[in-house]
This record gives sequence, C-alpha cells and structure tokens, in this order.
Amino acid sequence: MNQGIMAAGAVGGAQDAAAYNEDIVKKFTIAAVIWALVGFLAGILIAFQLVFPALNFDLEWTTFGRLRPVHTSAVVFAFGGNILIGTSFYIVQRTCRAPLFGGPGLANFIFWGYQAFIVLAASGYVLGVTQSKEYAEPEWYADLWLTVIWVLYLIVYVGTIVKRREPHIYVANWFYLAFIITIAMLHIGNNIAVPVSLFGTKSYIASAGVRDAMIQWWYGHNAVGFFLTAGFLGMMYYFIPKQAERPVYSYRLSIIHFWALIFLYVWAGPHHLHYTALPDWAQTLGMTFSVMLWVPSWGGMINGFMTLSGAWDKLRTDPVLRFLVTSVAFYGMSTFEGPVMAIKAVNSLSHYTDWTIGHVHAGALGWNAFISFGALYFLVPRLWKRERLYSIRLVTLHFWVATLGVVLYIVSMWISGIMQGLMWRAYDELGFLQYSFIETVEAMRPYYAIRGVGGVLFIAGAVIMVYNLWRTVKGDIREEAAYELAPHAPAPHEVEKTPS
Amino acid sequence: MAEVEKDAHSGTDTTGYEWDGIKELDTPMPRWFLYAFCATILWSFAYWVAYPAWPSLSGYTKGVLGYSSRGALEEDLAAARRSRASWLVKFEKLSVAEIVKDPELLNYAMAGGRVIFAENCAPCHGSSGSGRPGYPVLADDDWLWGGTLEDIKTSIVYGIRSTHEDAKSSEMPSFAAGGEEGEGLSRKNLEVLADYVAALSQEGGDKKSKGWELFEENCSACHGEDGKGVQEMGAPNLTDGIWLYAEGRDAVIRQITSPRHGVMPSWLVRLDDVAIKQAAVYVHSLGGGK
Repeated sequence: MNQGIMAAGAVGGAQDAAAYNEDIVKKFTIAAVIWALVGFLAGILIAFQLVFPALNFDLEWTTFGRLRPVHTSAVVFAFGGNILIGTSFYIVQRTCRAPLFGGPGLANFIFWGYQAFIVLAASGYVLGVTQSKEYAEPEWYADLWLTVIWVLYLIVYVGTIVKRREPHIYVANWFYLAFIITIAMLHIGNNIAVPVSLFGTKSYIASAGVRDAMIQWWYGHNAVGFFLTAGFLGMMYYFIPKQAERPVYSYRLSIIHFWALIFLYVWAGPHHLHYTALPDWAQTLGMTFSVMLWVPSWGGMINGFMTLSGAWDKLRTDPVLRFLVTSVAFYGMSTFEGPVMAIKAVNSLSHYTDWTIGHVHAGALGWNAFISFGALYFLVPRLWKRERLYSIRLVTLHFWVATLGVVLYIVSMWISGIMQGLMWRAYDELGFLQYSFIETVEAMRPYYAIRGVGGVLFIAGAVIMVYNLWRTVKGDIREEAAYELAPHAPAPHEVEKTPS
Repeated sequence: MAEVEKDAHSGTDTTGYEWDGIKELDTPMPRWFLYAFCATILWSFAYWVAYPAWPSLSGYTKGVLGYSSRGALEEDLAAARRSRASWLVKFEKLSVAEIVKDPELLNYAMAGGRVIFAENCAPCHGSSGSGRPGYPVLADDDWLWGGTLEDIKTSIVYGIRSTHEDAKSSEMPSFAAGGEEGEGLSRKNLEVLADYVAALSQEGGDKKSKGWELFEENCSACHGEDGKGVQEMGAPNLTDGIWLYAEGRDAVIRQITSPRHGVMPSWLVRLDDVAIKQAAVYVHSLGGGK
C-alpha cells in the first residue's frame, strides 16, 4: 500500500497542491511581516530611550517599562508566532500530502484569533495592564483567549498529521509538534491565576515567592527552548534542504538531537535564578542540564550545515540560502554561549548585565529573524505563484545590512555587559567598591548608542525586504545581472543538474 | 517502503522516504558529537556528586564538597569584616572631628565616603555634590543647615523634614497675596519685596526703601535683618546669590506665595554609623566644609 502511495506521489503532486490551503499561509506571512516592522520599531525606540531618556516623551504610555514588553511580544509572539504558525501550516500540508484538518474556516479562526490575542496583549501593556511576568505579561483574559486559540492550533496540526498520506512523519513536523504541545503546557502552567473580578483586568498568580520565580523561569527558558528553538528548527529542517536541493545530512542525528533537546531543555530554567533564594540543588540541576544541552543543540546546527555538503557553492549565488545558513551559524553560536553563561561562575559576572541582552539578540536577530527572512523569501514567490523574487540582488543587500546590524548589536552588548559586570564587582585597594551604579550607567551609554545604530541597520534591511516582497507580489521582475557560479568551482553534480 | 538509493555526492544511503521532494541521508552520528555529548553528561554526574543536586521527599543530596551558597556568602562577608577590622573599630569609637585628624583614618573615610556618596547621595545632589535645582550644592560654602562635620553628620542621620522625629525641620509660611486692604501682601507690595530680596545679592538692599520695611516686617524673623539667614532654622542666606530653585523676581514671588521645601530622608535605615561618618567626612571635603 505504501508503495502505491509513493508511486502515485509524483503524479498526484499537482492535484495535492490544488487542495492545500495556501491562502492561510499567505495571511500569516503578511501578518508576520507587519508585526516584524512593529516589533523592530518598538525595539529601536526603547534602545534609544536608554541613550536619550527624553524619548520617553514624559507620557506614561510611551515609557520604557511599557514599551519593552510591546517590543518583546511583538518580535517573539507576533512576528515569530505568525511565521511559525504560517510555515507550520505550509510544511505540514506538503510533507503530509494532506490539506489542513478542519478546513479553511478553522484555520481562519486561528489566524484572526491569534491576531486578536496580540492586539489584546499589546493594548494592555501600553495601558499598564500587566501581570509583570517577563514574556508572560498578558493578563488573564488574554491568556484564556490564547489558550483557546492554541488548543485549536494543536487540533488542526495533529489532525493534519493523522490524516497524512505519507508513511512517516517528517522531522520538521516533530519539532513543530513539540513546540505546539510544550508551549501549551508552559502557557497554562505559568499563568494559573485568580482574577480579582470578572470585569476587571487584574489577577493574582496562584504561586508566590521563589516557587513563582521557578515556574516563571521554567516557562521563560522553555519559551526560548520550544518557541524560538524547537519551532524554528522545524523551519530549518524544511527550508534548508528545499533551498539547497540536497537531502538532510543525517536522519539518525535528527532523532538523537530531537529527543535529547526535548528531554534536557525543560530542566534548564533554574539557571535564570543562580545566586538567588532558589535552593542550591535546583540551581545545580539547572546549570548541569544547560551544559548537557549544548551538544544536542548543536545537532541541529550540524544537520543544517552538513545538508549543504555538495551545495556549498550555492552560497555564492543564492543569498536566500545564505540567510538560512547564516542563521544556523548564529544558532550554533548562541546555543554554545547559552550553556557557558549558565555555568554559575560565568553567570555571577554575566547575569543582570547587557551580556544577556546581547546573547538573546544573537539568537533572536541572527537565528530566528534570519531564518524567518530566508523562509519569507522562499515562500512569497511560491505562494503568489511568481516566477521568482523581484530582485535577488536586493536580498544580498538586505543580508549584508542586517548582518552588520547584528554584529554591531552583539559586539556592543558584549563589551557593555562584561564591562558592567566587572565594574559592579571592582574593589579598590582599601576594600571599597570602586564604582557606583550611576557610573556604570554612564560608561555603558556609548555602547547603547552603537546598539541602537545596529538596530537601525537591522530594520533598514527589513524595509528592503518588505519592498522586495511587495514588488514580488505585484509580479514585477527587476532587471539585474544574475549571479553566476565562479568558473573555478563547479561542483560536478551541479553541472549535471543545471538543465532540470 | 520506497527504494533506498545512494546519494551521488556523498555515497551515503538515503532512508528511502521522501517528503515534498526532501530526502534524508542515513549518515551515522558524527563520533565527536557522541563523545562531546557523553563528556558533558559525565561532567554533570561528577558535579552532582560534588555539589547539592538531587532532591528527595525529605531533603536533597548535599554533595561531598559541603558547598552551600549561603555558606559561601557568610564566608565572603566574614572575610570583608576581617579586612576592615583594623579601622572599623576606630571609626565606631571616634567622632568625625577626631577621624579627620588621623591621616590614615581620613584616607579610609574618603575612599569609603566617595562610593557611599555616589551610590546614595549623588542621585539628588549630583556627582561631587554639584547640586541640581531644588537639591542643594554641597561643594560650596553656602549651608542651609550648617556645614561643620557634626552638622553634616546630623543632617545625614536624621534627614531634613524626613519622617524621623529628630529630623531638622522648618517650614516657610505662605505669604499669600491678599487684597489691597486685606491681610498679607498686596500684589504690588510683593513685587517691591521681591525686588528688594533680589537686590540683596546684587547691589545690596536699600534700608530706607519700602522694600526694607516689608522685609523687616515679614522676613527678618527667620532670614535675619541683614538677610544672611539662620542655619538653626534652615532659613537660607538671601545675600549670597545662590538660589535653591531659581533666581529673579518671579522666582522669589513664587517662593513667598507658595513656598517649596526640600525633603531629605533619614539615612539611619540604610547606612550604618560608620558609613554615615565616612559620608560626612567626604561631603565636608567637597569644598565647603566649615
């Protein structure tokens, strides 16, 4: 029977494509691009607020404290969330050869419901409605709504996999599924709260003290682990082999690193609470599991990189692939940096400093955003049935402008963070603290400015992308010189392949 | 199951499946990957043996090194106390006036006072006591509540108009503008009086003027007949050209009609006696100590 399916695969391909719900993927794609711009803009504003406090505008709604969650939620949950749900719907249909379970109505409900959640959450932040839990700021009413949407998302996803017409579930779907299930568990576990009244926004979290802190960072770290790592690895496992036109490097590696990642990640949260009231044993477990997490995390990087073996020369001619591969490099860098920072001795220097901010952005800008850009460049011409992108050269420009932005961002925050940590712990020869807090703030100011410039470059790149995608959707093709393979490095199979 | 085929480039078998055109190679795990993973696991086991690690219903494994972060903190604090023992005792016994006479102790007071000031005082008084509108400059010799070492120390300990019952406190009453015939000062008289006060720090006040009459009647009880202020009451010197909020006729009228008063907290809750003495010595040295 399986053989029958596989034999029919090539013939049935065209019919399958007609049945796929690509309209919903278009919607998520558009939403992702819009929220990306909103999130990046909020980020730049708050970055410059730290350099020029006047940019708080002396209005409660525009202060750093209220706009910071707007930035984090917009980039992680709005931009990241939309691209994750959108790509997952695209990939699950094609790798299962089945249309979305539940039909277009349910998919549309999830789309609009998710956008409503974002607006509900963000409007609360600006008006000062928050439960003051980092990355889980929305109050109970928004949390409940998201729970409904997320469970529906899970049903659609699992339903599609169940109805698949492929004998096996492709690795990208394992990662997406782990992401959807774990986020549901984290979201519910971390937001158990008692509303003060049915018609009020305020609620109180069920746990208190160090237990609340532990649950919060169990959530917070795994939001990184399952939203920003597992989900995006799902994207990686589809878009890199597709764009490189090469098979995935190692099936066995994908199994081992998937299960190791899933098993180890959920333990690592306590490293956010080193040297606090959290019991020593919990700190130890958080630290050691973080260190054990290093190699399984790199499993994804190896599989991403090595999938290119035999296609490395494409990096010269294909800037979309360059985005995807560079994202894997940043992924590898930040998943090594993370375990290092989880080691208590390092953490005592790095914690509460800008080093953490730099680390997060190495992952968020370099990994999550870059692979998302790569996915967008891949998807838009296909979804809108265009011959190719409006301009390949503009993708290259986007790549370099954004990369420069990321480098400025990370390096300035490394310097600023390590300097800050060293200044905090500096004693003079008589045994007195050498610097006051305000002196450390003054010292960081130039680096805050450099970071802001990095952010401006990053959003400039995103604007270039939006222009390129817009022209692509319109059906325009820019007249430009095509990239050509370097004459001295033609890979043998490339030459053979060219006619197809 | 579809046929297993060999990848032309690597010579490795595929797994035989295909999803939307994607195939997978059946490459074995990279050796270094397995070794590195095992190394981190072994290291973790070793760490669990050495340090507090696994919980049980009644407690947790304590680790053979006997480490606890609470214990480590105690040790650090004890070490800090030991390193300060040589001068700490003297600071506790001696008065600020005696401390500044001993060059070695003065050295400790200045080094400690500098950072205590920067952490606690600079947010209002500015770095090096340069002051801000509403927050007095500490680097000049114009003192609202006295500039001797003891005066400064008392201000730090109890604060100014703070919640502490021994705080230095005074309040300038409001000389709200009354009607032409009413109580208080008429608008016109206010302007005359303000001009007089403003002139005190310029060419000096004319004692035959109407302004002088108004000043003598309303202000001199606290600020003195010469306008040089009374520090026991915290009544500022009006003749030195140093203005806490703003200078000029309008600012003087504002202060007369709706007076503002600064508040400084008592630092007893935050700083111990030794730290307060260090801060007092440091502030005294900023340029204006008496």
